[in-house]
Amino acid sequence: MHTLPGARDTRRAARRVQVRIGGVVQGVGFRPFIYGLARQHGLSGYVLNDGDGVLAEIEGASLDGFLAALRAAPPPLARIERVDVRDIPPDGGKGFEIRETIHRPGHTRMATDAPPCPSCLQELFDPAGRFYLYPFISCTQCGPRLTITRALPFDRANTTMSAFSLCPDCRRDYQAPGNRRFHAETIACASCGPRLSASTDQIASALCDGAIVALKGVGGFHLYCDAGNEAAVRRLRVRKNRPAKPFATLVADLAAAGLVAIVDPLSRRMLERPERPIVLLARRTIVAPSVAPGLRQIGVMLPSAPIHHLLFHALAQEARRRGTSAPACLVATSANRAGMPLITDNGAAHAQLAGLADLIVTHDRDIENGLDDSVMTVIDRAPACLRRARGIVPAPIDLAEDGPPVLAVGAYLKATICIIRGREAFLSQHIGDLDSPQAIRRHADAIRRMTAFLGVVPLVVACDLHPDYPSSRYAQESGMPVLPVQHHLAHLAAVAAERIVRGPYLGLALDGHGHGHDGGNWGGELLHVDGSTWHRLGHLAPVPLPGGDRAAREPWRMGVAVLATLGRGDEAGRRFHTVPQAARLAGLVAGGAFPGTSSMGRLFDAAAALLGICVRQSHEAEAAMALEALATAPRGLVNGYRLNGGTLDFLPLLAALSQPGMDARTGADLFHGTVIAGLSALTASHAARLGVRTVLLAGGCLANRLLADGLAGALRNAGLNPIMPRSVPANDGGLSLGQAAWARLCLKDGTRAGIPGYERT
Amino acid sequence: LSHGAGGRAMAQLIDEIFRAAFSNPLLDQANDCAVFPVTGGHIALSTDSYVVSPIFFPGGDIGSLAVHGTINDLAMAGSVPVYMAAGFVIEEGFPLRDLQRIAASMGTASRASDVAIVTGDIKVVERGKADGVFITTTGVGRIPPGVALSGDQARPGDKVLVSGFLGDHGAAIMSKRAGLGFETDILSDSAALHTLVAEMIRASGSALRLLRDPTRGGIGATLNEIAHQSSVGIMLREEAIPVRENVAAACELLGLDPLYVASEGKLIAIVAPQEATRLLQAMRKHPLGRDACIIGDVIEDPDHFVQMTTGFGGGRIVDWLFGEHLPRIC
Ligand SMILES: [Fe+3]
Ligand SMILES: [Mg+2]
Ligand SMILES: [Zn+2]
Ligand SMILES: [Zn+2]
Repeated sequence: MHTLPGARDTRRAARRVQVRIGGVVQGVGFRPFIYGLARQHGLSGYVLNDGDGVLAEIEGASLDGFLAALRAAPPPLARIERVDVRDIPPDGGKGFEIRETIHRPGHTRMATDAPPCPSCLQELFDPAGRFYLYPFISCTQCGPRLTITRALPFDRANTTMSAFSLCPDCRRDYQAPGNRRFHAETIACASCGPRLSASTDQIASALCDGAIVALKGVGGFHLYCDAGNEAAVRRLRVRKNRPAKPFATLVADLAAAGLVAIVDPLSRRMLERPERPIVLLARRTIVAPSVAPGLRQIGVMLPSAPIHHLLFHALAQEARRRGTSAPACLVATSANRAGMPLITDNGAAHAQLAGLADLIVTHDRDIENGLDDSVMTVIDRAPACLRRARGIVPAPIDLAEDGPPVLAVGAYLKATICIIRGREAFLSQHIGDLDSPQAIRRHADAIRRMTAFLGVVPLVVACDLHPDYPSSRYAQESGMPVLPVQHHLAHLAAVAAERIVRGPYLGLALDGHGHGHDGGNWGGELLHVDGSTWHRLGHLAPVPLPGGDRAAREPWRMGVAVLATLGRGDEAGRRFHTVPQAARLAGLVAGGAFPGTSSMGRLFDAAAALLGICVRQSHEAEAAMALEALATAPRGLVNGYRLNGGTLDFLPLLAALSQPGMDARTGADLFHGTVIAGLSALTASHAARLGVRTVLLAGGCLANRLLADGLAGALRNAGLNPIMPRSVPANDGGLSLGQAAWARLCLKDGTRAGIPGYERT
Repeated sequence: LSHGAGGRAMAQLIDEIFRAAFSNPLLDQANDCAVFPVTGGHIALSTDSYVVSPIFFPGGDIGSLAVHGTINDLAMAGSVPVYMAAGFVIEEGFPLRDLQRIAASMGTASRASDVAIVTGDIKVVERGKADGVFITTTGVGRIPPGVALSGDQARPGDKVLVSGFLGDHGAAIMSKRAGLGFETDILSDSAALHTLVAEMIRASGSALRLLRDPTRGGIGATLNEIAHQSSVGIMLREEAIPVRENVAAACELLGLDPLYVASEGKLIAIVAPQEATRLLQAMRKHPLGRDACIIGDVIEDPDHFVQMTTGFGGGRIVDWLFGEHLPRIC
């Protein structure tokens, strides 16, 4: 498609233009691309990186062809957001050069880390090439980006690769126009680049022995073990103090993924996305039972770095040596102790992982920005993101509408932060639960970094309504005007922002817990939102919450609460005979000692407890996941719910589930079916009354596919238009976007009454 | 107990109940105010109002609590409490018998503590304008020369001590409120700590940096206050924190964290590290410090976090709660 410079072209009058290209244009091979394109078209001038992206001056005759090609076929990792061209006087210069970067802060985008490109992958296994089996192979089209970047522009000097000076071979490639590594800032080879502290053969041998290996990857340390080795997986569970929470797995390729799980075309496309997310798939039985105990789904990901490919290569060789078959699948879990942030630092790895891993493998390239694995699933037949991290951040979410800059600090669990600048929302990566000093510091640090990086002075900081979240405290102590946003409103506002819903809508938040405006415990809410006004149309009928957060960890408490509410507290001791305090708690509930909650999550807990599926949970949503795994064909229980205006009461359902002789599978089907029926009836009744058809869904419970899919179907059947979150997590990971979007809406609508101190600014 | 018509007679009756219970030379002069001599040096002055439900609880009542509470506030400054004033707001209809009980308990507490209630006031308000009885006590104490305890003196390296089992008072109150009372044997720890404090000052002198009584909000709130006042961090060891088995069980049942449950007869001491053992020994010799122990260290921390190391090598933050324990987990 590119025309070669011809005699006819050069006879035309020379023209010079300045071209400014914005978007994701640094660290993606853009300058070499411009260089090649200019040479192809016989043009002179220069190209450079600066704070606003790429700047070029181009002179010659066939400028139109150049510009057309620039727009038509940019480098694969680039995302061009704008190209501004203006004429300037020609200077008759000859030749084309890549000039030194101009340093000044601006609006350019940071590229995300990319898995090895096909060319690098081929070189990786080419015995004749100089990158043969080199774990840190990369080029302009692939390799680490955000994880190694200290500052923009994306020049080697601004990355942790600055510690490695180029060998003559690498320097030659770096300077050779037409080479794939021409101006590749991450270029490195075995003789000059980063090194692993152990060989892949050593790692493979350890894994085949059933060992647990900590390996420093692109964004942090992971723990690996053979997913087919039950003893190894159990050992990992014991050492990590993680009894039941499912582990993600890493497979060599799509064929291996197909052995571990059912990979349909949609799942395949998700697995192959450049962010190489963990994708939740329907599992087959090949992996050890302890990888995802009792669950029908398993998290699978494809290699996201050269080292992963080398690992499977080495495993195959090791297995051949041993005369066994190679592990098809590895457990791959973040190498942190339960509740602690991801480890990125070699020293911290040795200090914290010594008793956890049998072998700790580091390398000498520092990780500047730690990044977890991203997680995706399918909700209502389309991809949905459950955790935004590697490969997704720091790309902004387009809100399609300009507005004032705001900051939002998230809530408590799965915390993220969000800054809106112009029409773009920058949603941070998963920071973690704000229950440890480390996580709280990371959270504050993320705010400082992102604010500085984006060069933004927010007008307002939005936080959760809960007064005791460390994030809320950060907001209160920031000195900025603070807008507390109700938890479930924020859940829904996140969906509205991401899916660009502007009109009035109904929102169904199906969640664990959020502090309500009435000081109550909310969690199963139907809201009506119109512009920046909203109100609570309905909610689940409150059930006593016996013991606050303890009730969230111990489903038996919700089971007892329901029994006592049904007037059957005397059954508590017998039903929960493993819990010595069950009978006493029933007495307390009956005496009215506890406040209620309208939480959907706690309703799942109650059902799981009453069906004998889960008495105590070792990780969030364990009971709900177990309940989902048991259900196969949801069906509604006749008269299973009572709908009284705004109150949706599932006590009849729970009464049925707690009947003696109720089989757990039947109960799981009835629970899902009745909840879907009740929620859609509640929503439909208000939708009809208000004449609103758009229904947004959000909240942690949407991770339950049966519930999400069933509800979407039921709402459609009722003539409504259900809208789910897609690129933003439905759980608390998406809250900061909703908080920020809501704050901006309030600023724009002039409803500033709720923002104390705002008038000061 | 009635208000309005015939009120004067009633007020007189009440007056007599308290006078009889508190009797001491200064009070018995029946002047508008108590007059006493002061010598040079510093005087500590503290006041606190007591509104507690239930008014009678296992191990104490609102009266003894009001005496102990103000004595303890004075003691935490290192002072020797000497006199106290008491004000009462009583709801019309409050049983006279209960009032007598409260007065007797206050009298006993003040005599046992050797802190005389030397002046006071009583108001009876209409039904519904108060909840039973509210008591305000105000106390003065003498600060011995050389003693200067205050919340901003914790330094990195210092040791954090407590004088005994934590959370007894709050657990007793809440168990009673929730209806657990009849089957638990938790008693409030309400007690006057000034004699213990005197022993501590004798043992450690200026190595004793500060004292606090972890009342409302428990040690969670109190340690956070100290960390902020002193611009330091505090690192606790979970296994070192003394909580009685029955208190832990009641907290577990009710979903409370003992760290945030009030004590009314315990103190937190922060002491220079080299004096920690000597202080501990001195505390353990006193009946109210028998179960004293070291629960953690003061550390350097720009964020002034109070943290706690847990069994699994992890740490968790001991938050500064805004109010009640609200659920947090989504
Ligand atoms: Fe939530
Ligand atoms: Mg006080
Ligand atoms: Zn490549
Ligand atoms: Zn090299």
